[in-house]
Amino acid sequence: MIKVTIDGINTEVPEGTTILQAARQIGGEIVPPAMCYYSTLKNSGGKCRACLVRVAAGSAKDPRPMPKLVPSCITMAQDGMVVENITNPQVLETRKGVVEFLLLNHPLDCPICDQAGECDLQNFAYEHGMAKTRYEEERRTFDPIDIGDKIKLHMNRCILCYRCTYVADQLTDNRVHGVINRGDHAEISTYIEKAVDNEFSGNMIDVCPVGALTDKTFRFKQRVWFTKPLDAHRDCPKCSGKVVLWTKGNDVLRVTARKDQYGEVKEFICNECRYDHKDMSHWTVEGPRHIDRGSVISQNHYEKVDLVKLKKDVERQLKFQEGKRLEQTNNSAE
Amino acid sequence: MGRKLLLKDINVPGIKSFEVYRKQGGYASVEKALKTMSPDAVVEEVKKSGLRGRGGAGFPTGMKWSFIDKKSEKPRYLICNADESEPGTFKDRFLMEYIPHALIEGMIVSSFALGAKTSYIYMRGEFRWIFPILEKAIEEARAAGFLGKNILGSGYDLELYVHSGAGAYICGEETAQIESLEGKRGNPRNKPPFPAIVGLYGCPTVVNNVESIAAVPHILNMGGDEYAKIGIGKSTGTKLISASGHINKPGVYEIELGLPVEEFLNSDEYCGGVWKGRKLKAVIPGGSSVPILPADLFLKNAKGEARLMSYESLADGGFASGSMLGSGGFIVMDETACIVRNLWTFARFYHHESCGQCSPCREGTGWMEKVLHRIEHGHGHMHDIDLLVDVAKKIEGNTICPLGDAAAWPVASAIRHFREEFEYHIKYPEKVMNPKHFEIEPFRSEKNLVMA
Amino acid sequence: MSLVQKIIKRYPEGRHKSALLPILHVAQAEFGGWLSPETMDYVASILNIKPIEVYEVASFYSMYNLQPVGKCVLEVCQTGPCWLRGSDDIIQYISNKLGIQPGETSADGMFTLKVVECLASCGSAPMMQVGNNFIENLSVEKMDDVLKKLRETHNVPSPDYGSPYPVNKA
Repeated sequence: MIKVTIDGINTEVPEGTTILQAARQIGGEIVPPAMCYYSTLKNSGGKCRACLVRVAAGSAKDPRPMPKLVPSCITMAQDGMVVENITNPQVLETRKGVVEFLLLNHPLDCPICDQAGECDLQNFAYEHGMAKTRYEEERRTFDPIDIGDKIKLHMNRCILCYRCTYVADQLTDNRVHGVINRGDHAEISTYIEKAVDNEFSGNMIDVCPVGALTDKTFRFKQRVWFTKPLDAHRDCPKCSGKVVLWTKGNDVLRVTARKDQYGEVKEFICNECRYDHKDMSHWTVEGPRHIDRGSVISQNHYEKVDLVKLKKDVERQLKFQEGKRLEQTNNSAE
Repeated sequence: MGRKLLLKDINVPGIKSFEVYRKQGGYASVEKALKTMSPDAVVEEVKKSGLRGRGGAGFPTGMKWSFIDKKSEKPRYLICNADESEPGTFKDRFLMEYIPHALIEGMIVSSFALGAKTSYIYMRGEFRWIFPILEKAIEEARAAGFLGKNILGSGYDLELYVHSGAGAYICGEETAQIESLEGKRGNPRNKPPFPAIVGLYGCPTVVNNVESIAAVPHILNMGGDEYAKIGIGKSTGTKLISASGHINKPGVYEIELGLPVEEFLNSDEYCGGVWKGRKLKAVIPGGSSVPILPADLFLKNAKGEARLMSYESLADGGFASGSMLGSGGFIVMDETACIVRNLWTFARFYHHESCGQCSPCREGTGWMEKVLHRIEHGHGHMHDIDLLVDVAKKIEGNTICPLGDAAAWPVASAIRHFREEFEYHIKYPEKVMNPKHFEIEPFRSEKNLVMA
Repeated sequence: MSLVQKIIKRYPEGRHKSALLPILHVAQAEFGGWLSPETMDYVASILNIKPIEVYEVASFYSMYNLQPVGKCVLEVCQTGPCWLRGSDDIIQYISNKLGIQPGETSADGMFTLKVVECLASCGSAPMMQVGNNFIENLSVEKMDDVLKKLRETHNVPSPDYGSPYPVNKA
């Protein structure tokens, strides 16, 4: 085990753990945002630069700071490493820049985008971005296209995280789509009109951090915050069969894999579960899906308070306040 | 006359052929290294020589070699970076075209030093006619027993191949080059791991510039200590400079590092002075990526000392008042040049060449190009200038590879030294409507007019 | 041994994908100066890789033409050092003379005008590349002559599009 300090909070992690994973072990607001990294997809990460942090001390052996900000998702933690994330103004300023870059050519069509309410870019921009853009130029645009009969590609919204290509590479036996062209003209495409069609292709929708890949069977059906998510499962010979049903009344509007608190699917599901069983009677319902309080989807959801988690959150908050190096700005005592 | 090593025999008739090259003393270093030295001894000589990477970054070559993972059981590779694409730089092409055996000889001794049994020359795709020249040189060397199995009876085997790129500046970055050589898109890899540990096909790999490799035979022939005596301070040896722009004699020149910049610019042996009798306005001394310097700061540093053509002297003053030797792409601008338009062409270049993998570079390079295009065409706003500075700052240092820095530095430096010219474009849009605006009437600082 | 097999042999066993860029050069030169989807699929089958891997690579590098081109492709450099010595005028001249904008092919299918970024010939600026050749030290006065010669040499049934690898032209 090695010792790492992130924003003043100490933790111990096994050797070979990335800074981001170490931060996730601590949890809470000191966890760097990740737009391209996906722990269950090999080779992902390092591209979006949203998770850049400062390493104030490389390790106990070599305590020199690292000259540049480093991508926490792919940088290994070292014993005695001291990392600054939200306690470093340079990191926050850079992150603001990354939001601006990602939104530069993004259409901001959230009001008509199916991803709204569960969009990583929306959350990222809300937490780290500026209120206004300084971009006055014309935006780069593409026409939306169908890739297969179940998936819609809105290239305008894509942030080129490459996750969907990794899904195709690692979960399916034949990748037919990829990233073509170069620079800011790069796009996700099949190049020639081809349908993405295989048993696990639907997972591309789940791993997409934005509304670039959406489920055509759910398209414009319902705003996600008006649906009621339920954990459910069925016996499936192809996958774990563990899903979330997004329901209204007795209607199953959409089926997705289960995402953890960082938006990652740990158990991918097959297309049959996703598209062919939109009937409540096909599923064993386990109960309501836990939705984070901060999410817009949590409105009108009532859950039992998890006392263990609450205690952990409070302890972490206290520890963070102790280790915090930024000046107190709203000290009401004065 | 400065000392010549690389281009010493450039005017010998038939130097392209093996026979003539050999007669001029070529391949002596291969004999010396393979028959009398150990690989480590070769690395040691290169370390002693103080040779710094000639591709632009100036990292000590011997040190780079010593990082290669020797414990690994995997094969090791040497890749020669002949993907010369930095605007203003054309020395490697010149060397490969006219003295191909200099590179082949260098590749053999360098591969020997690193223990590489297969080496590649990654050549820029556009240099299509140089490909057969190098292939022929390789065949000649093989026929003479300098390549293949058991070279010169030493027991050392080496295969050398030329590989062609296909038009991507980014493939000059070492990890992108490795990806490209593996038959993929030229997307740079995140570092660490460094190529010396995990490089081509996951094996330990060194990537060196053409000129660095071509310098190695000379180092072995004269000895590292002797080589280190050429040049000045930590800038040892000779360097090829590609001179272009508004000068009388554009071309490739070999200089001893430490030559005064004024002599290089004005002497008839080199650039022959600014063309058409015009005044010098600015110089980019090391290829498009390095900061631009106005004439006064270029000839003398901020302390008033004459600048020299060396890594240290050109960098004197940091980015505030200095620049870099870079790859030696020496671009000269006379008083009729428009700094904004020149910068726009560079911004367009980086926008075109960004691989699109990481967000600051992908989006930022395009943004800067569009804003500069607006300013140059008379549609700028005053706040655009600070915006450019800020965008450049947000890209610099935050990208996977140094292309982001290379795109940011020219913008930051042009505004630092020529802000008034940007303001002029914004204040007087009607005067910049004609693309040749400063050819009609050179830019004059309004401040100076008031003071005079 | 065919040229393609010779190229593949340059790379270690199992690393035949390395031959992709070289083989695309050969394919482009053999199949009319551009890479059609059929040509790329054929290359994929030779190397036993997925077609999308070829599309991804071919669209990344600027030397591969993904659209048909004229018999003679004029690639004029427009970056800083060439611009300083008048590349704008050259591009404008060609454009007016042939009645095409950059990226377009003349109506008779003879010329395609491409504006490209730095070709590493800044000392002989302005310049352009045509097939395997650099045509350097251009000036507006010389252009009529240059175009006339190119028309003569390239107006043949199978013009030479150039390739670093020796492609036999019938």
